[in-house]
Amino acid sequence: MPVSNTGPTAFKILISFLLATTLAACATVDRSPGEGGDRTPADGSGGGAGDARGAGDAGVEVRGLGDGEGIALDPLEDPDSPLSQRVIHFGFDEASVPAQYLGLIAAHGDYLARNPEQTVRLEGHTDERGTREYNLALGERRARAVQRMLELQGASADQIQVVSYGEEMPVDPASNEAAWKQNRRVEIVYEGDQG
Amino acid sequence: MMARRILLILILLWLPGIVQAALEIRVTQGVEGATPVAVVPFAWSGEAKPPQDLAAIVAADLGRSGRFAPVAREDLPARPHALDQVEMERWRGGVSDYLVVGRLDRLEDGRFRVRFQLIDAVSGREMEGYRLTVPVERLRRAAHRISDIVYERLTGERGAFDTRVAYVRVIRDGEDTRYALQVADADGHNPRTVFRSRRPILSPSWAPDGQRLAYVSFENRRSEVYIQDLSSGERTLLASYAGINGAPAWSPDGQRLALTLSREGDPDIHVYDLRDGSLRRVTRDRAIDTEPQWMPDGRSLVFTSDRAGQPQLYRVDLRGGRPQRLSFQGRYNGDAAVAPDGDRIAMVHGEDGGFRIALLDLRGGSLRPLTDGPMDESPSFAPNGSMLIYATAQDGRGVLAAVSADGRVHQRLVVQEGEVREPAWSPFLD
Repeated sequence: MPVSNTGPTAFKILISFLLATTLAACATVDRSPGEGGDRTPADGSGGGAGDARGAGDAGVEVRGLGDGEGIALDPLEDPDSPLSQRVIHFGFDEASVPAQYLGLIAAHGDYLARNPEQTVRLEGHTDERGTREYNLALGERRARAVQRMLELQGASADQIQVVSYGEEMPVDPASNEAAWKQNRRVEIVYEGDQG
Repeated sequence: MMARRILLILILLWLPGIVQAALEIRVTQGVEGATPVAVVPFAWSGEAKPPQDLAAIVAADLGRSGRFAPVAREDLPARPHALDQVEMERWRGGVSDYLVVGRLDRLEDGRFRVRFQLIDAVSGREMEGYRLTVPVERLRRAAHRISDIVYERLTGERGAFDTRVAYVRVIRDGEDTRYALQVADADGHNPRTVFRSRRPILSPSWAPDGQRLAYVSFENRRSEVYIQDLSSGERTLLASYAGINGAPAWSPDGQRLALTLSREGDPDIHVYDLRDGSLRRVTRDRAIDTEPQWMPDGRSLVFTSDRAGQPQLYRVDLRGGRPQRLSFQGRYNGDAAVAPDGDRIAMVHGEDGGFRIALLDLRGGSLRPLTDGPMDESPSFAPNGSMLIYATAQDGRGVLAAVSADGRVHQRLVVQEGEVREPAWSPFLD
């Protein structure tokens, strides 16, 4: 179910996105070999926008695509952004997304729609109760539920990869309600992230 | 009647050599009135100690079945090695009605010759007598063959001691988790790792020839189905479609594999034909359909589906038609194991928050729990249908256990380190 009350969030994302893109564009500088050292582009301009990768012998190519890791202004890295929350928990034997996560998923869907180069992996997990292969299927059902919501928000199918680990990779291997609650989840993993 | 459930706690295994085994087997609950059998230590013509204590292996096998009570060595009134050495009057009337005697010799070519006889002490006659010649590394198997012959002669049912068990071993070391697919003899000895990974392994399934395993591996961060030849170690990637690739189950004729694939969107049962590589979708339902198992005639599959809201067992005819629901009792029934006779289906049965192994009688329709739970899963029949091996938890750790199909004999299989899960009992090996 699409969610409409993401106005301020969407606006914030948009601003962040534009800012990041603009700075990234400014920061794309070609320099000839041997000239100078590694100058950080946009140095001192309030955060730096770009992933400065020194290419050594071939000089330095600075690329800031505004789409990924290491950018202070990237909402993905902003702890105040809903995008920093990437785990959705589920009820026992349930694959419907609890209402409290709708805003979070909408924010990710929105971000993906605005960043068509960005891809994510949705990892579905279950608790240990029930059979392993059934749980493999249940984990996938959860991840697909999240996938559908991201797509409703404008993300495209080829940005999203769904994988299920069933009960095989618990956050907490204990056998109690608290552990089971932690383990029933879908993790949103952005391409390039560890996971 | 008192104590139908006798706790035998036969810790058979404080013998050196056995302690080194990865799986230690304890009979935790046996049957009252098990038949006494005297397995006399075999004669050995060589110097030093024999390479294997065959009589000890046979006695342990027979005792583990719960149907026999091997006579302790110190209680043996004599130690004959052949029928003509047996003084029947020393055995009749109490010690044991049956004797297993034999001898072991090393041959010129380095191999070993095993001779044994099963003797009826009441009549004084030989019931079985065989000679086997094997290399040293097959001596344990020779002992299991003797157990099979004795068991079959005395129960009328084929023995399953000379078989193997595949299982997944998990070792956690801080953040690091390692997985190993292992194959051990059915008595837990001789464990060998056939595949190792840092990502989960599950659902091993034996080919009916006992030479290959199919299993699910997450080595590429997603479920894929592989086939591995056990003697050469050669691996083949069988299924790596988008979505789930899981629950492989080899057909009785060895030519096909049933699988769960979700490449069309939802998990459905498929059959892959190994002869021509064709893939056929068997179920088409928006629900979860998974955990296929073949009926012994190879014409239909039993599987788990939540099409009625909760996981239950269904059966689908491969020639077509709607799946028929098989299980009706309980909130959760899944992961079927079909008995070799096709008349009984074991399953994971969930009720009141716990999961137990239960047996469904297809003729009468009754469902009977065999185990106490609360975390029992992955049942697998011995090829003679007498026992089931399954995974359970002991003190929060995954261990294997076995139960007789009548629910009376219980065993625990314990590893020294790590956990074991996902057991699959091999077919007959010869």
